[in-house]
Amino acid sequence: SFSSIKSRVLIIIKEVRKKERKKKMVLKIYAPLFASSKRAVVTLIEKGVSFETVHVDLMKGEQRNPEYLAIQPFGKIPVLVDGDYKIFESRAIMRYIAEKYRSQGPDLLGKTIEERGQVEQWLDVEATSYHPPLLALTLNIVFAPLMGFPADEKVIKESEEKLGEVLDVYEAQLSKNEYLAGDFVSLADLAHLPFTEYLVNQIGKAYMIKDRKHVSAWWDKISSRAAWKEVSEKYALPV
Amino acid sequence: MVVKLYGQVTAVCPQRVLLCFLEKGIEFEIFHIDLDTLEQKKPEHLLRQPFGQVPAIEDGDFKLFESRAIARYYATKYADQGTNLLGKSLEHRAIVDQWADVENQSFNALAHPIVLNLIIKPKLGEKCDTVLVEELKVKLGVVLDIYENRLASNRFLAGEEFTMADLTHMPAMAYLMSITDINQMVKARESINRWWEEITARPAWKKLMELAGRH
Repeated sequence: SFSSIKSRVLIIIKEVRKKERKKKMVLKIYAPLFASSKRAVVTLIEKGVSFETVHVDLMKGEQRNPEYLAIQPFGKIPVLVDGDYKIFESRAIMRYIAEKYRSQGPDLLGKTIEERGQVEQWLDVEATSYHPPLLALTLNIVFAPLMGFPADEKVIKESEEKLGEVLDVYEAQLSKNEYLAGDFVSLADLAHLPFTEYLVNQIGKAYMIKDRKHVSAWWDKISSRAAWKEVSEKYALPV
Repeated sequence: MVVKLYGQVTAVCPQRVLLCFLEKGIEFEIFHIDLDTLEQKKPEHLLRQPFGQVPAIEDGDFKLFESRAIARYYATKYADQGTNLLGKSLEHRAIVDQWADVENQSFNALAHPIVLNLIIKPKLGEKCDTVLVEELKVKLGVVLDIYENRLASNRFLAGEEFTMADLTHMPAMAYLMSITDINQMVKARESINRWWEEITARPAWKKLMELAGRH
């Protein structure tokens, strides 16, 4: 009868709309092939959260396009879009994911607020002391030849020195603790993965890690985690 | 137990923590670490802060360094006391974190070398890198335009309330504002100017300036 056809059509329309809404609700992470985004990507995979990716090619300067600047006004990556909600800054995204999905996967924030304090401490160390010299090495050694800008040898030398001093402190810390914030893996450890991967590979300075016994053991442990292996394989930058 | 703060009260990073304590009404004791004589690099302080920086805190057996991590810890521990610095929901908290991280990655990266070259080096009788400073000022202008746009439609960086996102900018911003042409760059931007006047009128900020001997 007509009314039963009509109700079947209405059911189908409802199902299609439900699927569309669900699709819009899937998390989207931008520029997954680039190191800063990989901090967020590895956290999503560790927590078993499904997500989609949107490619942004930094080597073509796509992060400077008006459409991208409309969602990240500093022209940096990544951005996470969760329905109507968006957030940028890789470590802020890591914290958001770790908090929102606290009850699934490893607890990357520690069990107490004191443990969380230690996680925040080492996450900030990564942001303020580890990342800047390593970023300088990455830009001057990996991307300068690819993108045709001159490498600054003085910056390379100073950056390696600075990074070495930081790694000496890490060596002492990791001789007392299995991971940076204690005996548990946390956001602080994960935050180091993407750019350290450059250090031991394309930058050609694996000795900085390997020559430090405890840093080396820590690196082996965190980089052989299933989540990081998945990131390295699925989102390898074709360079 | 009164928390011990090791640092110099005129330095930006200890001020970040002090401001958090003052906003939250948390009692503290300052132990002066003299930066002019490089006390922060001496063995005793290196036990507290292995990178030879300030601040560091000791709260009974609990120790922590990195000013932003310390501020976040106390803002969490005393969430229900004083100003709520971390937002009202998970989503709001993440936006607070986002702008606090922007301070670390995009603002401080420029503010720190500017202040180092124009304020600290002259005090120590060292030469200022004027070429670098001019480059940094141009970059700062670009960043300030983004903040201007943000603050044109938001009372504070993370929305309608004062949070850690605003607080974390204040100590370095105050030093930048003491530099004439940067002061002009800020005053020329209506919304940033409005925001700066409002947040520096807060009682906790005024108390901090008194503590630091600056008015």
